[in-house]
Amino acid sequence: MDWGSILAETVNKFFGVQAAYFALAAIGLNIHFGYTGLLNFGHAGFMAIGAYGLAISLQNGVPLLLAVLIGLLAATAFALLLGAPTLRLRADYLAIVTIAAAEIARILFRATEIAGFNTREYTGGSTGINGFADPFKDLNPYTGSVDLWFVSFSRNDAWTVTVGWALVLLSVLFVHLAMRSPWGRVLKAVREDEDAARALGKNAYSIKMQSLVLGGLFGALGGMIFVLGQSSVQPTPQDLGAPKTFFIWVAVILGGTGKLWGPVIGSMIFSALLQFTDLTLRGFQEEGIIPTWFMDGVQVGQVRFILMGLGLMLLMAFRPQGIFGDKRELALDVR
Amino acid sequence: MSADTPTDTVTSTAADVLTDVQQVPGSPKPDPMLTADGIIRRFGGLTAVDVRHLEIQRGVITALIGPNGAGKTTFFNLMTGFDTPDEGTWNFDGVAMGKLPAHQVARNGMVRTFQLTKALSRLSVIENMKLGAGHQKGENLFRGLVKPIWGAQEREIEARADALLDRFKLAHMREEFAGTLSGGQRKLLEMARALMTDPSLIMLDEPMAGVNPALTQSLLGHVKSLRDEGRTVVFVEHDMDVVRDISDWVVVMAEGSIIAEGPHEAIGANQTVIDAYLGTSHDAPLDLGEIDVEGAS
Amino acid sequence: MALLLGFWSGTAAAQDDEPGFRGTLTATPEEGDRFPVEGVRVVLTADGAEVGEATSGADGTWFIAAEAGSYNVAVDTSTFAEGISLKDPEATSRDLELSPGQSRNVLFALIEGEGGAAPNVKSDLERIPGLVKDGLIFGLIIAMSSIGLSLIFGTTGLTNFAHGELVTFGAVTALGLNKAGLHILLAGLIAVPLTAAVGAGNEVGLWRPLRRRGSGLIAMLVISIGLSILARYLVLYFVGGRRETYNQFALQTDGYDLLGFRIVNREIWIIIISMTVLLAVAFAVNKTKTGKAMRAVADNRDLAESSGIDVERVILTIWIAGAGLAGLGGILFGLNQGVSWNMGFELLLLMFAAVTLGGLGTAYGPLLGSLVVGLFINLSTLIVSSEIKNVGALLILGVILLVRPQGILGRGERIG
Repeated sequence: MDWGSILAETVNKFFGVQAAYFALAAIGLNIHFGYTGLLNFGHAGFMAIGAYGLAISLQNGVPLLLAVLIGLLAATAFALLLGAPTLRLRADYLAIVTIAAAEIARILFRATEIAGFNTREYTGGSTGINGFADPFKDLNPYTGSVDLWFVSFSRNDAWTVTVGWALVLLSVLFVHLAMRSPWGRVLKAVREDEDAARALGKNAYSIKMQSLVLGGLFGALGGMIFVLGQSSVQPTPQDLGAPKTFFIWVAVILGGTGKLWGPVIGSMIFSALLQFTDLTLRGFQEEGIIPTWFMDGVQVGQVRFILMGLGLMLLMAFRPQGIFGDKRELALDVR
Repeated sequence: MSADTPTDTVTSTAADVLTDVQQVPGSPKPDPMLTADGIIRRFGGLTAVDVRHLEIQRGVITALIGPNGAGKTTFFNLMTGFDTPDEGTWNFDGVAMGKLPAHQVARNGMVRTFQLTKALSRLSVIENMKLGAGHQKGENLFRGLVKPIWGAQEREIEARADALLDRFKLAHMREEFAGTLSGGQRKLLEMARALMTDPSLIMLDEPMAGVNPALTQSLLGHVKSLRDEGRTVVFVEHDMDVVRDISDWVVVMAEGSIIAEGPHEAIGANQTVIDAYLGTSHDAPLDLGEIDVEGAS
Repeated sequence: MALLLGFWSGTAAAQDDEPGFRGTLTATPEEGDRFPVEGVRVVLTADGAEVGEATSGADGTWFIAAEAGSYNVAVDTSTFAEGISLKDPEATSRDLELSPGQSRNVLFALIEGEGGAAPNVKSDLERIPGLVKDGLIFGLIIAMSSIGLSLIFGTTGLTNFAHGELVTFGAVTALGLNKAGLHILLAGLIAVPLTAAVGAGNEVGLWRPLRRRGSGLIAMLVISIGLSILARYLVLYFVGGRRETYNQFALQTDGYDLLGFRIVNREIWIIIISMTVLLAVAFAVNKTKTGKAMRAVADNRDLAESSGIDVERVILTIWIAGAGLAGLGGILFGLNQGVSWNMGFELLLLMFAAVTLGGLGTAYGPLLGSLVVGLFINLSTLIVSSEIKNVGALLILGVILLVRPQGILGRGERIG
């Protein structure tokens, strides 16, 4: 088995397109769950709405920046729609409604017609939209593939990665500024105890709504980088459905909720980890160490989900503060 | 502040204004801060609160007592916007409160604490305190991003918070997570944090519950000091010694209604009150009391 | 009910990571369920040259591995079985792009009978009785599956996202026994207690220890999601991603024509079993000592505990009964629409809708809510195309939360 190439590809994933868009989406989810305590299990819905908003706009000749703006506006509307009925209620209602709404969004994107209106013309139905990313690719300043001493990217990936990580850094700066402010303090207070915040004159409903919108915007940005990177947007679950939401959750919890760099580091580690287990398992299989009756090629792809589920459980039960937990927080018995 | 300080004189001056007040349920006060009329709250078939008329005198300490399930916490919830009555109106300092959500009530100057303390565990003690301050420029997301806009105000707030932490003897815990405080310290923190809002009426839900005796005296002192600096205090309490010690006026609730009012001397001798405590606390509607406990959690 | 198959079917393809084209050929009869079409040749061409082909299996699935590129995918209509034709006779092939590593689903709509005609000649009015029947049956299935979900929430506060996997477990276990030669009724009799045991294992091995440790409800909710993913993909790993049917009642068309609709034997069985079980549950909850204790705990845990009820025991009972019911619901769901690895997750969102609608934490709420959801989903196909009918059920969930968050039967909640 070629450990060298496995290692190289794993390291590549640390900094790859996936890590970057995961990080963006995870920053959004961290605002929701980590800082505000909102149980958003429909993050893929925000990603899908951002992605489709962008793709449909580009497809119809809208300039790139305006298309991004349209995607962000659509995500804002989605957040308001989700928040209005749920944010006054107990936290778990938001979980139910978000997971359902994300699924609704995906079904609607996949549909061919909605109430007599032919939507496939815009969304491409179950085939999605392909090849809309040219306005983005045209801006690519790289002339060929990029090889640094530890990573290498194709020309296209290099450009997506550059833009993606630049956005991640800007987002981290933004979150840093927001969370050190009194606004961030109210957010965290609502996470700790909403009623206490209300008793001190803080409008918990409004602040939760702001958080839902803001985090959703980062989710939408993540979705955009994702579909720009593969220049195709598809309404499949693994692309923009519930499994994607759960991936982002694991990334956030892995890195540590409510921590500035948590979602970024969590995304990098998780992306690399997925790649590493995949490659190792496939390697073992080719070597015959894992017999095919036990695990075939298709099953290898499923192992990542099994590990993700197990990881989510174990992390939440034993290290809810993430793998780099703060000792003070650990001692606190916060659950 | 020691409990042995002769605060009795102060008590009597504050209570003086109440000497001519009739000792009957719903009696009018010379200068009411909070006035409630026809407040009814039902849970399913149970009427948890049914208060015909109540006035709370400005600048004194009023104790709200009653057996388990009397509806005291529910009444607190209703007055502070945490629950909505089925019927009734009330006004606070001349402002009708009926439709206001909890945070608006608080901004109007009526601030409450909770029976089970709500320390914001993963915020430091000083952050807990600073949260209490009202009208913060930096609590708007966009202004919050630019520190120069709110930095100066933040320093003022911090100075005020530090002064209060000193007064409540929490200064040494300033940077600790509030979750690490003891039960009594949490009560102190919650009271201090409520003071950061500069309330004119402060409603304390069982401020002494679960506090070790050593801290009780200092807490009592703090409650009295609130009145002495001109604030109105209403508190729910079970411990009669506490009630006797600090209250200027006592309102007794049983089965959702107000059954007696008066200074604690008169209440102790009131037959209705004795019946209510002895008669019902053992038999009948214990269940509502259980709900009370849960409702506060 | 015919159309329910495959609405979240996008999810069903999730496991297939191998790049290429794939699909499941099913035909829609005029009346009744879609069924798989076997032996159809599918041909893949690139730049006019044939690069691959496949023949659909017994379950209608086919797969052609392919690298990225532009292709034409065509069905060979001459290989169709007697009586099967394309819904749109012109649509024999499609031009498609495949991006690197992509696994792409290709649909060919087949019908029983002559293609090109309107697939459903019934008027809206004539469709109503059949849709009501379908809706009630689906409602009964949801109801049975969701009682446990509601009562577990009521007693422990846990919003259990892994409840759907109990449904799947029941259906899949019965499928395994059924394929091993047992009649489905017998297989069900074994699978239901097994699911109940899994429920007990859930409680004893996971949730009780977590509660003892004082884990918060939010942490437990996230853990239940982890458990749901873990269990779902374990089922996929061991059972595979195909939708399968039980050996009995699969393509059954024997039945009776009633006033304006046809009811097949399978549906009659489902109705009899679910009604009997639901009545038994109602009786148990109302009349037995355990049932009364359950309601007391759901109503007010602390009060129940202080009046001498062994709360932990009641919770365990609820897990056992709730899981058993979910397993049975899964078997009936599988009878009606086939068994697949993610059927429980498909049903979960509808269960949440039903339970929230009826009043989370109550015993009868789920029943009422489920019937409403079942009817709503099916009747909504009168107005919207059936590919988006589940959307309607989830939308009313949102509306209910706005208007009456405690549900139809739920009571107001105390805050503060």
